Amino acid sequence: MSNIPPPIEQPGHHEPGITDQENSIELKEVAGLSQGQIVRKRFFRHRGALVAMIVLAFIILMAFTSVGPAFGSWKPGGWWQFTWNVAVAIENGGRPTITLWPFTFGNHPFGQDEVGRDIFAVVMRGTQQSLMIMVITGLIATVIGTVIGAVSGYYRGWTDSVLMRFTDVIITIPVIVIGAVLGRRFGIQGAQVLAIILGLVLWTGLARLVRGEFLSLREREFVDAARVAGARDRRIIFRHILPNAIGVIIVNSTLLMAAAILIETGLSFLGYGVQAPDTSLGKIISENQVAFATRPWLFWWPGLFIIAIALCINFIGDGLRDAFDPRQRRMPTDRNLKRAKRAPKGPKPIADAAVTDLTDAAAFVSARGAGMQGGPGGGVGMRGYYAPKPTDEDRPAPKRDDR
Amino acid sequence: MYILTALSGDPLEDLRVSTAPNKQQLIEARTALLHLDVSPFLRYFLWLGDIIGIGPSQKGFGWLGVTVQNQPVTVLLSQAAGSTLRLVTVASLVAIILGIVIGITTALRQYSGYDYGVTFLSFLFFSLPIFWVAVLLKQYIAIGFNDFLGDPQISYALIPILAVISGLVWMSIIPRKGLQKLLTFAIAAVVTAGILFYMDLSDWFSTPHIGIVGIVITSVGLAFGVTAISTGLKKRRALYASLTVAALGIALYFPFMYGFSYGLELPGFIGLALLAIAVSFGIGWLWGGSDRMPVARTAAITGFLVAAIIALDRFMLVWNQYANSGRVKGRPIATIGSATPNLEGSLWVQGLDAFTHLLLPTIALILISFASYTRYSRASLLEVMNQDYIRTARAKGLTERTVVVRHAFRNALIPIATIVAFDIGGIIGGAVITERVFGWTGMGALFQNGLDHVDPNPVMAFFLVTGGLAILFNLIADLVYAGLDPRIRVS
Repeated sequence: MSNIPPPIEQPGHHEPGITDQENSIELKEVAGLSQGQIVRKRFFRHRGALVAMIVLAFIILMAFTSVGPAFGSWKPGGWWQFTWNVAVAIENGGRPTITLWPFTFGNHPFGQDEVGRDIFAVVMRGTQQSLMIMVITGLIATVIGTVIGAVSGYYRGWTDSVLMRFTDVIITIPVIVIGAVLGRRFGIQGAQVLAIILGLVLWTGLARLVRGEFLSLREREFVDAARVAGARDRRIIFRHILPNAIGVIIVNSTLLMAAAILIETGLSFLGYGVQAPDTSLGKIISENQVAFATRPWLFWWPGLFIIAIALCINFIGDGLRDAFDPRQRRMPTDRNLKRAKRAPKGPKPIADAAVTDLTDAAAFVSARGAGMQGGPGGGVGMRGYYAPKPTDEDRPAPKRDDR
Repeated sequence: MYILTALSGDPLEDLRVSTAPNKQQLIEARTALLHLDVSPFLRYFLWLGDIIGIGPSQKGFGWLGVTVQNQPVTVLLSQAAGSTLRLVTVASLVAIILGIVIGITTALRQYSGYDYGVTFLSFLFFSLPIFWVAVLLKQYIAIGFNDFLGDPQISYALIPILAVISGLVWMSIIPRKGLQKLLTFAIAAVVTAGILFYMDLSDWFSTPHIGIVGIVITSVGLAFGVTAISTGLKKRRALYASLTVAALGIALYFPFMYGFSYGLELPGFIGLALLAIAVSFGIGWLWGGSDRMPVARTAAITGFLVAAIIALDRFMLVWNQYANSGRVKGRPIATIGSATPNLEGSLWVQGLDAFTHLLLPTIALILISFASYTRYSRASLLEVMNQDYIRTARAKGLTERTVVVRHAFRNALIPIATIVAFDIGGIIGGAVITERVFGWTGMGALFQNGLDHVDPNPVMAFFLVTGGLAILFNLIADLVYAGLDPRIRVS
């Protein structure tokens, strides 16, 4: 056993500053649901995240169907009448033909550039590239970060020292700078290569977080149990500990993707990212920066798409964080609180009132239990699922065979 | 890194395609200069040898080697580092202070309209690509504001709109209910409208000033405000000390503005600022009575702020002269470069020049880092405010000010210190892009030129500086921990 007691999250742990009424609302909502269901429910309750998800899905669909994806020689084409690399005759002085009232698209909703390329098609192509880079980078960084964090957190000792010093070295260099050097070397080989390179740079933050999580999770009883049962290290890491750290990983990989798209566009803007003849959102802005005074729409649309994507992903990440992290709970509104207080007395069906009463009482009991940490037994909840688990300090050492 | 840069292209490319008659000679010269005949792996050790001072290669060129164009890197670096460090320092300081203040206030007003507004804005800023913002700032703020200064009149239609917006903002910040809420709104709106009218009537934007009346109001307000936050208004001695300091500042206003501030140079300016702090500290010490330290501290803070306000007014005094000087030509907000070339003038004019050049890049940098600081300090304070010791402090009957400032704020700062230390690297990275948009010849340009010419020496110099800064800031963060958390100091 380590002599550092890990911060143990207890299912029924009573949050300081949260009254029993608040707790009972929280408990009533999650009664009888699996972890996945609870997370899904909480996520869908976060209105910003829900809207962000719909908008993002819309952007992805629009980007990939309008001008069609292009992987090597496979170019199926899309429903949009122009392609992003072919210039056509300039209409309307190249100005955007989109009008909000009455809502019409026109031939070139986002306008045209000086040679006559349709900006809608160009921006859609750029969005495709940026989205693809974002996803690949996010995946690679997540895998590397998780594995390095998991290994160094699980094994500790010199493995941890070596891996974390290596992480520190990479962290000290600004990502955009290291990305610029690598991007200049490898970016010429295509957007996918650039995405992989960025993934190889961006994993550091996640590795540190996963390591922290593993350091605390490896001291939990279920890990001991798995080890006693004869599980090998690999199985303990990936089957037993990793699922418990999945919240941290998912949340941070979303945020990492938001960072990835900003870094990719920044690099492309500096000229070290996606190279011509291909394009990306950052590259469009960089190319058209000088034309701002005469053709501002060349500049507005790609920027708006970058913001929209990054904002959506940030909101989704925030929603996921709220969903996975029970500590950052939404404060119940006054109305909910009053309703919870009123419920047992109100003229309700008897069964219903009884349930509420039970829940209140149980919350009360479990609250006292949590307050008695260090005392034997803790609080035994009236419903098993929120009985506080005894901590290491609770349990006398000789009795360990009872597991 | 060295090897990656060295392998990323051909440093002789521009010479190979050149049409100079002595092409072969030039290639040979550069090869000899940069040891291009040695493989990059060995060249790295040559470079390393130079760094630690035992190198056989480039003695006399400075220890960081030379660039492709045969300029010593040390010279380039000292030119570049000045402007970049100025930009990064100012931007980080402002972002930290603003971020923490706004984060703390949103945490204290959790789930208010203000909180939701700031949360949304910080998400938005967090998602902004910095190069895009920078170009927008250049186009709209700089050019728009310069045009506005050509005919500085706020239209009368705009004033009520601004007044209502200001009223709404204040109403959401100050927690009041019912009639008092309306009153807050009314007061804020009327005061804003009044200030705007005054600015219009007195042609404020061509000849900005605070004036003796403004100085008196702000000084006394600062004295009360600083005392309220630092020690609480119940501590009469602290209040009197602050008011004395404010009065002293007001008394010195005219002698300073029209007397000894002329001919002041930078060392004198800094000396004066330190003197102001020292004198105010002394006043606080004398007023202090039995409990000297907090009173002296309060007085010193007040003294510094009052002096800053007076200095600000002094800067404003030369604004007209600066904006209409031959070099600036009535378009004061600069979009290019870090200083106006060949600008003559006193300390005050130079200060204004630095300010107008710093303004836009700083805003661009702040917008990005400010968002994360706000989020972190809000989350951090909320976490602390839910702790048991805060409830204990409240139960002891401590005032809300003591609970928030002394018990909660200090503990909330510990995680923020970590974030800030790590974020410095990000700010420098952001500065590379910002510098490019605003045409600063700083570290970013040094790095980019090096990379474009496949020249590892300046790139490595850049890495040395950023790495050094990262280590320095981690060290500072450790010292800040020790300052904030006595347990660390003991061990």
